[in-house]
Amino acid sequence: MKIYSKEIIKHFKNPKNVGKIKDPDGVGEAGNLICGDVMKLYLKIGKNKEGEKIIKDIKFETLGCVVAIANTSLLTTMIKGKKLEDALKIEKEDLIKRLGQPLPPIKIHCSILAVDALKEAIYDYYLKNKIPIPQELKKEHQGIIKTREEIEKKYKGFTIFEEEILRK
Amino acid sequence: MTENKIYLDYAATTPVDPRVTKAMLPYFSKKFGNTMSLHSFGQEAKQALEESREMVADLMGAKPNGIIFTSSATESNNLVLKGIAFANKAKGRHIIISSIEHPCIMESAKWLETQGFEITRLKVDKYGFVNPDDVKKAIKKETILVSIIHASNEIGTIQPIEEIGKICKDYNPPTTLPAEGGAPRVYFHTDATQSFGKIPIDVNKMNIDLLSASSHKMYGPKGVGCLFVREGTKIEPILHGGGHEGGLRSSTVNVPGIVGFAEACKICKMEMKKEAQRLTKLRDKLIKGILKKIEDVHLNGNPKKRLPNNANFWFSFVEGESLVIQLDLLGIAASTGSACATVKLEPSHVLLAIGLKPQEAHGSLRLTLGRWTKEKDIDYVLKVLPGIIKKLREISPLKK
Repeated sequence: MKIYSKEIIKHFKNPKNVGKIKDPDGVGEAGNLICGDVMKLYLKIGKNKEGEKIIKDIKFETLGCVVAIANTSLLTTMIKGKKLEDALKIEKEDLIKRLGQPLPPIKIHCSILAVDALKEAIYDYYLKNKIPIPQELKKEHQGIIKTREEIEKKYKGFTIFEEEILRK
Repeated sequence: MTENKIYLDYAATTPVDPRVTKAMLPYFSKKFGNTMSLHSFGQEAKQALEESREMVADLMGAKPNGIIFTSSATESNNLVLKGIAFANKAKGRHIIISSIEHPCIMESAKWLETQGFEITRLKVDKYGFVNPDDVKKAIKKETILVSIIHASNEIGTIQPIEEIGKICKDYNPPTTLPAEGGAPRVYFHTDATQSFGKIPIDVNKMNIDLLSASSHKMYGPKGVGCLFVREGTKIEPILHGGGHEGGLRSSTVNVPGIVGFAEACKICKMEMKKEAQRLTKLRDKLIKGILKKIEDVHLNGNPKKRLPNNANFWFSFVEGESLVIQLDLLGIAASTGSACATVKLEPSHVLLAIGLKPQEAHGSLRLTLGRWTKEKDIDYVLKVLPGIIKKLREISPLKK
């Protein structure tokens, strides 16, 4: 039995859209070092012919397990060029379906993280550009922050180390 | 072994040596008797069982009647903890273990706590060593058992077992054994699953009362283990039934498996010295090479006092499961203590016990060598590993 589907291994072996964007319009981060997964998404926002806002470019960086890396890579390919409002509609189930196999329950977390990072990046873009933030996104952002605080509380001390590295 | 693939996970399990398979074959369909039967089929099986017992006992300097065959080291360890606890609870309910035991000891101890027993988990130093003085300090009137793993399955650290055994022995009154009416005592058990067959063990010289070992870690078949029980030890069985194995482990005896285990012991005894030297050389080449070729990598465990076949590292800014799968894609089988590779989503308790932070334990890699590991395999790992680490660090947001 193979643990991972072809689709997962494909993205894991050759992840798409890896790296940073210079002067990004939005940056989103999810996960934490203690749990083993940290993801960062960078967005460049543009407009389509109809003048609607789209994700013109997207790059990611992930420290994490196979599914975490494959997930973020897959997500970037799914939303590049898409309208912002459509990108916001993406749920973890969409990723899991595309990965082509039922994920073990403990790996579903990785899919949530990728979607979280995207939502955080769009939130960041709205915030920076003083665009009114949809109620739903606001709620999700608060949820992500809350989870992070809970983990930090649980592993007090360890997070200091994490911050040190991030600052470097 | 599968061609073109490099197996460096011998601590997980080993392939059965063809000589072992050959020894086992007659006992499946030809000499298939039940050791408890009186007829010639039974006698034949019984003879094979007793000869096997001698061969296994011989590798640890024990008397054959001290060996109880079980289904696994997990069973042996469960039998020790629960069997000693329940047989000696009138004397006391205190058990001492280390914080880097195998899960089957950790979990048995945890369960015993729910049954009213008190467990002391001794801390280890940064190399994973238990300090014998700590054992001495932890023993009290109520202590019935000290159980310390001989060599760590994860980081390979070899404990000062002889010294710890002596502390337990010295604590006991110099009277006769309990079975002979003497005073109850502190029993000393060691889980030798990873060390048995790899480094010399002598239960008398090392003051061991009970010892667990497993066949599939030493080129024998899976499903067979053993427990050495010193004569006179007060211990209760877990499996009650027909009274096999001196009443300590009822179950129809797995003769082919036991014959294989015994053959595996015989081969280990013959080849141990040379094999340990060969593996130590390869191990050191691997360790030196990785520390030299890759930045931000650390060796887990002690550089010298470790199993001849064990190397364990942690890499910054890399997650272990990704690393293991990358290696697998290149034909190298390895293992990690990362949480992402477990069902519990918790990093290795052994790596946390030696002081690693969770995020460091996530980046760990264990490479364990064995009988079919060649120098060219090590060279191949040293050739491809730096590239894999580089690739994973490139996609990591935490790279420098």
